[in-house]
Amino acid sequence: MSKLLLIRAAAEGSPSPVIPNVAEIIIGLIAFSILFILLRTKAVPKFEKAYTDRTDAIQGGLERAEVAQREAEIALKKYSEQLSDARGEAAKIREDARAQGAAIIEELRTKAQEESARITAAAVAEIEAERQQALNSLRNEVGTLATDLASKIVGEALDDQVRQSRIVDRFLSDMEKSK
Amino acid sequence: MAQPGFEPPGSGDFIFTPIFGNSILATKPVLLLFFSVILISAFFIVSSRKAAVVPSKLQFAGESIYSFVRDGIGRDVIGHEFQRFVPFLFTIFTFILTNNLFGIIPFMQFPTMSHIGFPVSITIFVYLVYHYVAIKKHGLGKYLKDMCFMPGIPKPMYVLLAPLEFLTYFAIRPLTLAMRLFGNMFAGHLLLMLFTLGGEYLLGSAWVIKIFSAISFSLAIGLSFFEMGIQCLQAYIFTLLVALYIAGALADEH
Repeated sequence: MSKLLLIRAAAEGSPSPVIPNVAEIIIGLIAFSILFILLRTKAVPKFEKAYTDRTDAIQGGLERAEVAQREAEIALKKYSEQLSDARGEAAKIREDARAQGAAIIEELRTKAQEESARITAAAVAEIEAERQQALNSLRNEVGTLATDLASKIVGEALDDQVRQSRIVDRFLSDMEKSK
Repeated sequence: MAQPGFEPPGSGDFIFTPIFGNSILATKPVLLLFFSVILISAFFIVSSRKAAVVPSKLQFAGESIYSFVRDGIGRDVIGHEFQRFVPFLFTIFTFILTNNLFGIIPFMQFPTMSHIGFPVSITIFVYLVYHYVAIKKHGLGKYLKDMCFMPGIPKPMYVLLAPLEFLTYFAIRPLTLAMRLFGNMFAGHLLLMLFTLGGEYLLGSAWVIKIFSAISFSLAIGLSFFEMGIQCLQAYIFTLLVALYIAGALADEH
């Protein structure tokens, strides 16, 4: 109680509250300076670092995502190019196969034709040879027959081989001429 | 025994004797002031220590206050050069806010800033900073010329405006800055004391009067919340005005 009275008594003579106490101003300056230095050196750089790190993390993430997307796009483009290449190649192979098939068929056909022509030619030659042979043998036969017939009719023996042959030839050429 | 008459609280209640010893260093406001320095620096140093990309709850709390001052006051008001003033603004805001809030925290219950010496000491720094920034940027002559002779005003008006502007920059700004903070804290504390002491006084009266004592106490509680709003607001206003003064000092034209 006495202390309270003492304070009250002190208050009576105290200066107006708007008159600053110089000691308090100095104390305030010191306290503020200490706080400023502590916050400036210890707290603010750390907060700023957190901000920068966070910005970096977010920006880095975005950049990484962008890079990944770009890579994916490139890969997609590459794959579709490869696919279309493969398609083109397949079409080309099919085309080639078709062409080759056609060529093979054509070749076979030509070969077959040649073969058939060759067979025909051989046959014709054979026939011709046989005909020639038949003609020759016929010629002999006819000659003999005619001579025989003529000798029988003329009664004249045409034994002489040379003469006989000459007569036959003449006869035959007459026959051909008359034909 | 006759009741002594009610003695309303006055400016005398803002005078403290040293808790121990004889030095002013041991008075309540000074101890509170240094306690606030320890409290603020400890909180922000601990909460910013890890500075993780994904903040902990503590870091988030510290960062919220920091970014409120950094972005909400510094960047928005000062603009692109704000970064170098952030520590200053941050110190001002946290220092005033904490000391103001001491006014309603139980057992402390004294807003340090209701002693005008402390707002004055902060204002001295502010005064030095915004004049220094302006003189460094524009040079003393141009600064004074731009200050007193705003462009785009009829010449005769300068007779009136030049001294007014000069006074604004060199006397009114620092005075109002310190007085506003001091006055709000002083008046708020006086008001709380009045209702608390009044309630206490009325409690010793007849039972009918005790009802008014209850009313007085509940008013004191309600006003405490009101005071809390004012305490935060004053810290914000002070910091905002400092940012505005710095922005003005940096601006090319006043």
